[in-house]
Amino acid sequence: MLTCTSKYNTMDNARRDEFTELDRRIVLAAQSGLPLDVRPYDYLASELGVTPEVLMDRLQAMQTDGRIRRIGVVPNHYRLGYIANGMSVWDIANGDVQAVGRQVGAMEIVSHCYHRPRRLPGWPYNLFAMVHGRSQDEVMAKVARIAQLLGHRARQHDVLFSTRILKKTGLRLAGG
Amino acid sequence: MDNLDRRIINELQVDFPVCERPFKAAAERLGTTESELITRLRCMLDDGLLTRFGPLFHAERMGGALSLCAMQVPVEHFDQVAAQVNAFPEVAHNYQRDHEMNMWFVLATETPEGLEATIREIESETGLPVFNLPKQEEFFVNLHFQV
Repeated sequence: MLTCTSKYNTMDNARRDEFTELDRRIVLAAQSGLPLDVRPYDYLASELGVTPEVLMDRLQAMQTDGRIRRIGVVPNHYRLGYIANGMSVWDIANGDVQAVGRQVGAMEIVSHCYHRPRRLPGWPYNLFAMVHGRSQDEVMAKVARIAQLLGHRARQHDVLFSTRILKKTGLRLAGG
Repeated sequence: MDNLDRRIINELQVDFPVCERPFKAAAERLGTTESELITRLRCMLDDGLLTRFGPLFHAERMGGALSLCAMQVPVEHFDQVAAQVNAFPEVAHNYQRDHEMNMWFVLATETPEGLEATIREIESETGLPVFNLPKQEEFFVNLHFQV
């Protein structure tokens, strides 16, 4: 019985390693984008040397466990007219940050919301909420709505506008 | 950009199907044809209205590490330091922002150890401290940007 169990475990591990290796190759092949071909998964599968069914199965598995957030398009905010990008940063009492974060993150005007560590003395802010707008005024008006919602729970806040994109390559696995 | 382009952006930010003819399935939802959808996507990617089309991976769940880092760079050395920082392949995005903390970049590495090592290398290369601000919690990421 013990032998049988351990044999199964070994097989599971081997299978898992195989998937891990294939998943890694899928990431490398797909991270620059899906081909604009009528059968994009067939195309990708033949590049990877697997059947389309195996590839689609792995993509669905990665979506289910969250390794793939989603499959789709990523719009360029700037080109769509949302030229102002303000990183609003908030100093929230440690005990409140989860509740406040959930509330701010749920606002439609906020695209990302994260709890991050303070770096005292220079950096007192522990909640970050990204706000986009067609102008700096529009972003400031949206930030005012967040400030209103938070009231005294926000001890201080600031907005950092991006003035220049210095690099934007996106997240890439090095490959090899 | 016309109404169909807008609907394509809105709809395909949410979900692109995984099936044999996904463009056909998506086109049916949008009330257009497979070939029209492919053409529109190609144009919007070429024009830069879309930056990507494909799977979006979750770096940490893939086993990698990701962090937002900030630096306070003296204005007179800004461009030189930007070049030094950007030369690291681990630096995915880098923005100048109007604050004392004026350089903000995202580091992405395949392992958590790689993140620490890269930060130390950037500090030794630039002679400036790097403030590592990894996310402790992600509340909600609004992945959809309605146009």
